Amino acid sequence: MQRSSWPWRIFKALCLTAISLFFLFPILWVLLMSFQTNADILRVPPSPFFTPTLANYKALIAGELTGAGSTLQIAYMKNILNSFVLSACSVLLSLLLGVPAAYAFARYRFRLGENIAFTLLSFRFAPPLLVLLPLLLYFQELGLYDTYIGLIWVYQLITLPLILWIVRGYFEDVSPDIEHAYRIDGHSWLRSFLKIAVPLARPGIAAAALLAFIFAWNNFVFALILGSSDVQPVTVGALAFITASGIQYGQIAAGLVLSVIPTFVLALVMQRYLVEGLSLGAVKG
Amino acid sequence: MSFLILDRLSKSFGAVKVFDGLSLAVAKGETVAICSPSGSGKTLLLRLIAGIYEPDAGEILIDGKAVTGLAPDARGIGMAFQNFALYPHLTAFENIASPLRARGVAEAELTRRVGRVAEILKIGHVLRHLPRELSNGQKQRTALARAIVADARLLLLDDPLRNVDAKLRYEMRHELPRVLREFEATVLYVTQDFREAMALGRRIGVLHGGGFVQVDRPQRIYADPETVEVARLFGDPTINLYDSELAGGAVSLLGLTLGLPGAADGGRRPCRVGVRPEHVELDAGGEAAPDGGAGGLPVTIEAVTPLNQNAVLLLQAAGGGEILASTTLQRAEALARGPRRAIARVRPEHLLLFDRDSGARIRTG
Repeated sequence: MQRSSWPWRIFKALCLTAISLFFLFPILWVLLMSFQTNADILRVPPSPFFTPTLANYKALIAGELTGAGSTLQIAYMKNILNSFVLSACSVLLSLLLGVPAAYAFARYRFRLGENIAFTLLSFRFAPPLLVLLPLLLYFQELGLYDTYIGLIWVYQLITLPLILWIVRGYFEDVSPDIEHAYRIDGHSWLRSFLKIAVPLARPGIAAAALLAFIFAWNNFVFALILGSSDVQPVTVGALAFITASGIQYGQIAAGLVLSVIPTFVLALVMQRYLVEGLSLGAVKG
Repeated sequence: MSFLILDRLSKSFGAVKVFDGLSLAVAKGETVAICSPSGSGKTLLLRLIAGIYEPDAGEILIDGKAVTGLAPDARGIGMAFQNFALYPHLTAFENIASPLRARGVAEAELTRRVGRVAEILKIGHVLRHLPRELSNGQKQRTALARAIVADARLLLLDDPLRNVDAKLRYEMRHELPRVLREFEATVLYVTQDFREAMALGRRIGVLHGGGFVQVDRPQRIYADPETVEVARLFGDPTINLYDSELAGGAVSLLGLTLGLPGAADGGRRPCRVGVRPEHVELDAGGEAAPDGGAGGLPVTIEAVTPLNQNAVLLLQAAGGGEILASTTLQRAEALARGPRRAIARVRPEHLLLFDRDSGARIRTG
């Protein structure tokens, strides 16, 4: 590789710094805000120097928001737990259903196959409001309103198409000969799927699962309409911060930080699988 | 009793008919090389036998049992793919052990057998490596080891030397027969390279136009080809072919009339005449006898290409036709040093005649 010249490298570093600042500064600001009192945050002009406080976090974990003169009971930690249960279960269910389906779409040509795949994808671009009202009526009728199962089911609209379409591409990239070779070795179809196809598509499955988890985590409108506070995730729970007595910026910031942590940790853990270039050198190209 | 029988197999993809009534019988322990240009369905044939595809019609019998309709894992076959098809997430050891694991071989026995095959194929030192850490030659040997490790009754080798460099290909061409003998396997070996086919096959099958046009011993395929395609496929430099006519028991090529011993004095018949380059005899000179003398053709030497012990000469006849000739290096150099003129002679018994339309061999005498 050619060594780039000094001016070019400095220019690149400057650009990277500017881009990083642009995207990371809000996150940094929120992090700082979460350790400030409302008075510190609203000070004019703003100052980066303040006495850090854990009051915001304490209030969230205790579930008692103290605003201007009033106390409000919220279940923010329960909301986070709900978010986690809903997202994780949705992704797991989608993996269970979507990975075999993706394999089928990648490997076999069958009647209406492409139509079915496209219909599943179309769930992603239909506006949720389109289906919400009828769904609400169904859910109340079926007793699914305000249940985890009901929400996990609806969340499949978000997670299943995503996993199906991403993983399908990865299966298509695996040479069918590798699976043929495994079958000829004497292994059953199921073993060749579990021992060859799935491990080889693992980076894709990891990426799709992570993306689906984030999409599910960030969903707002399904849980807002189809559940009560018992099953509602953080996105809906955060509404409680806007009270008649004012907006508690510090507590919102702390809530945001807490709600980002699970996704952040998950992304760090998955990173290993995401960059795994397994199929390199498998087949002479 | 033949070990592998392909009985009138047919297979089409859409409107394309790849095989049409293809048949072959292979004896136990025999190696049959399948040689033909690309696109003639060699790989597909192996895949039909392995069970990756099913034939539209016809029957495949292995050891007397019909296997059509059986899943690949129930056919007890070993196969090496042209693209190796190694399992990228498993070590070379696990790759080779895969057929043994499928057969439930105990761990100690499995280690012993993998070790033995690896030793024969000289990859014992890389068994702990992943496929991406292996060289092409090692990958190819690993794929081969995987195919033979379980003593499969039938080995299908799909151009296993295609993707390795020339030196290794040459080495393996000599080594493979020994390895295959050691495992007493019945082998179908697919290749595009006629030299590989001649080195490895006890018999060679030439696929063309949906079936085998000739299945025979290597020498016979070369000396006695059934069709013009077979004649063209086998031989380097390739055979000289000229459009001519069989009339009065003689053919003419490039203005030279050659009587064929034993040819019936029938009517005129359009044909193609083939002459192997090594059957073109060359005499120095040419000025002395401008007409070439009896049965000779005056030619100019256009180019000489040295090739190991031999040299290939491109000759031009007075009428404009080109001839390829092959002779020893010294002789070629001697001829090229002079005025680059020579007399070319061909003996009638060395001529191969083919029908001009069908390409089928015309046998005389």
